[in-house]
Amino acid sequence: MNIVTLGLLAVLVAGTLDVEMAVITGGEYRPLYFSKNSEQISVSSFILDITPVSNIQFFEFIGHTPVWEKNSIPTLFTEDTYLGHWSQHDNVWQPEPSQNQEAVTNVSWFAAQAYCEVQGKRLPTVAEWEFVARASESRPDGSEELGYNQRILNWYARPNLNANIGQTPNNYWGVKDLHGLIWEWTEDFNSNLISGESRADASIDTRLYCAAAATDAADPSDYAAFMRYGFRSSLKARFAISNLGFRCAGSADDAKEGVGD
Amino acid sequence: MRRQIIMVALFLLTTCNLYAGNLPVEDALVSVPPMVPPAITRDYPARVIVRMETVEKVMPIADGVDYMFWTFDGSVPGTFIRVREGDEVEFHLSNHPGSKMPHNIDLHAVTGPGGGAAASFTAPGHTSVFSFKVLNPGLYVYHCATAPVGMHIANGMYGLILVEPKEGLKPVDREYYVMQGEFYTKGKYGEAGLQPFDMEKAINELADYVVFNGSVGAIAGENALVANVGETIRLYVGNGGPNLVSSFHVIGEIFDRVNVEGGTLVNENVQTTLVPAGGSTIVEFKVDVPGTLIVVDHSIFRAFNKGALGMINVEGAENPAIYSGKQFDQVYLPEGSAIQSIPGETQKLVIASSLTEQIRFGQRVYETNCQACHQAGGTGIPRAFPPLAKSDYLNLDHQRAIDVLLHGMSGKVVVNGEQYDGSMPAIGLSDHDIADVLTFLLNNWDNNGGQIAPEQVVQRRLEGKSVQADSGH
Repeated sequence: MNIVTLGLLAVLVAGTLDVEMAVITGGEYRPLYFSKNSEQISVSSFILDITPVSNIQFFEFIGHTPVWEKNSIPTLFTEDTYLGHWSQHDNVWQPEPSQNQEAVTNVSWFAAQAYCEVQGKRLPTVAEWEFVARASESRPDGSEELGYNQRILNWYARPNLNANIGQTPNNYWGVKDLHGLIWEWTEDFNSNLISGESRADASIDTRLYCAAAATDAADPSDYAAFMRYGFRSSLKARFAISNLGFRCAGSADDAKEGVGD
Repeated sequence: MRRQIIMVALFLLTTCNLYAGNLPVEDALVSVPPMVPPAITRDYPARVIVRMETVEKVMPIADGVDYMFWTFDGSVPGTFIRVREGDEVEFHLSNHPGSKMPHNIDLHAVTGPGGGAAASFTAPGHTSVFSFKVLNPGLYVYHCATAPVGMHIANGMYGLILVEPKEGLKPVDREYYVMQGEFYTKGKYGEAGLQPFDMEKAINELADYVVFNGSVGAIAGENALVANVGETIRLYVGNGGPNLVSSFHVIGEIFDRVNVEGGTLVNENVQTTLVPAGGSTIVEFKVDVPGTLIVVDHSIFRAFNKGALGMINVEGAENPAIYSGKQFDQVYLPEGSAIQSIPGETQKLVIASSLTEQIRFGQRVYETNCQACHQAGGTGIPRAFPPLAKSDYLNLDHQRAIDVLLHGMSGKVVVNGEQYDGSMPAIGLSDHDIADVLTFLLNNWDNNGGQIAPEQVVQRRLEGKSVQADSGH
């Protein structure tokens, strides 16, 4: 397992924003919304934050780029609920100390993307995110493992928890918290159902409703994936939702420096 | 030029208020189950506003068992909506900010693609608005239709919308809202704690719970529906599913009228009516005698083992001309039985000769006669049949227990702190059987032990009278 630290722009964002990243060796897989006979999707190698971004990290980021402060962010880029779980002290919106190590939520796609950009990173694509998220603790494709789907589903049957990041076990790639903590933004969250055929695209959302969704899914019993795709398609980039956060990804080339085993 | 601008402005105004037209605007009539909003009194169409919220919350599904329900307005089934044929409905669907999932609503009363599903697709912490005109009268199911649809329905996201015909419905004395649905949990029926949804069981259609109004006992015991003798009751019945079709039946009544599948066709004098998953029915019946009517899914193991059991308590004067109760009990000898008995070959009655044997024989009696209601393990069924395991009522008074078996019992009784209001028939067991089964009960399931001799039973049979239910309650 390769862990790297991305030291880019370290001067600008000293200290807390540095986060361990896992190297994901590319491969192929067949996402839920493609039919059984469709071609597999190919994912190139990339690197991914081991944990979601925490409140304290996001607060640090705002310290450097105040345009993303709750009071200054243009309404075009988010809505009233932005960072709504923080409190205002001395006219500054900030997380309570108890929230520091919890995943930041109530952030819009724009703010998440900006956070990653500042560090020379980006949000992971849906394909990348799903590729990593299908891994169990012991293998890259957990869906073959007994009880894997049910374990993920159980999260939806629990009340919302406020837990610190990094508490769940490493998956095959050494990545944590992909399931069971929060939803996460992806770079192309709103285009994951694009088929490339414009007439089909016009009605593609209907595949999320009723029976249409299941007619040609590769694995109709993968309810957890149905829910993730369903959730993503309900979003707009300016939404700030109380259980939606993010983590950053980068190109595998950026991992050259400081690669450790 | 100026006139043109005004014209444009006027045009824009008209467009914005296109839906409002000339219709009066009012809030829709809504209610929480099992209640139904009052009948609509207006005789003209209106633009009615419905505001609904999707909420994910933990609630009990049975005693000691919790479930993370996904709901419309916090209840299962969701709010009952009552509108009039020809009304224009402006629907505001809000998804609570604490929701993990996006939700939407597909109302079967909508004419249009998806029944409003796409138009109402709403992320947590947001509100969607869409409008539709109710063209067809009837009783319609609504449900969430977000992928995976089965799971959203299985978690409780359904309810009913009644579209009254223009001419209105015939007034009745009582209206109630009952909706069946089944649940698939990781643990089996009754297993305590917060139970997660079990996808595998849902796909295989192996329900652990089949219930009315979202939980075991939601309309039974102290939550029972009520009516008085002589009244006509109308039940608006839905079935959310997600999988099972209901054989809807009320024990002790005949439906005078049934709006088949919630539509316009009326059938009369119906015993059991089918309610499809994602469908409904309207049943009407006049209650003529007092007592407890038991509402069941007559796919009957669901009623006694999975929770599909409700009650309607009817109060008022007895009417022996319609129902007498038991008039007498006498020995029944089939014709010729005496001839067949050959002297010297009468079957020898096997009588228990020890405590151990009494317990063993008693177990057989229990399994044959008692277990159907009181359940294996003597757990009973919450709000319907009292427990025999660790039962304070049983241990307190052995003589009373004998009397209950001899004569049956009906009325209110408190067992282990829970009140029950049902009836147990006199089963007609022999003196030995009664002694054995009671001895079996006293020596099992954490009861306090003891032994009942057949002679005690004989004694009570000679001098005893029927047991009174708890007086003073």
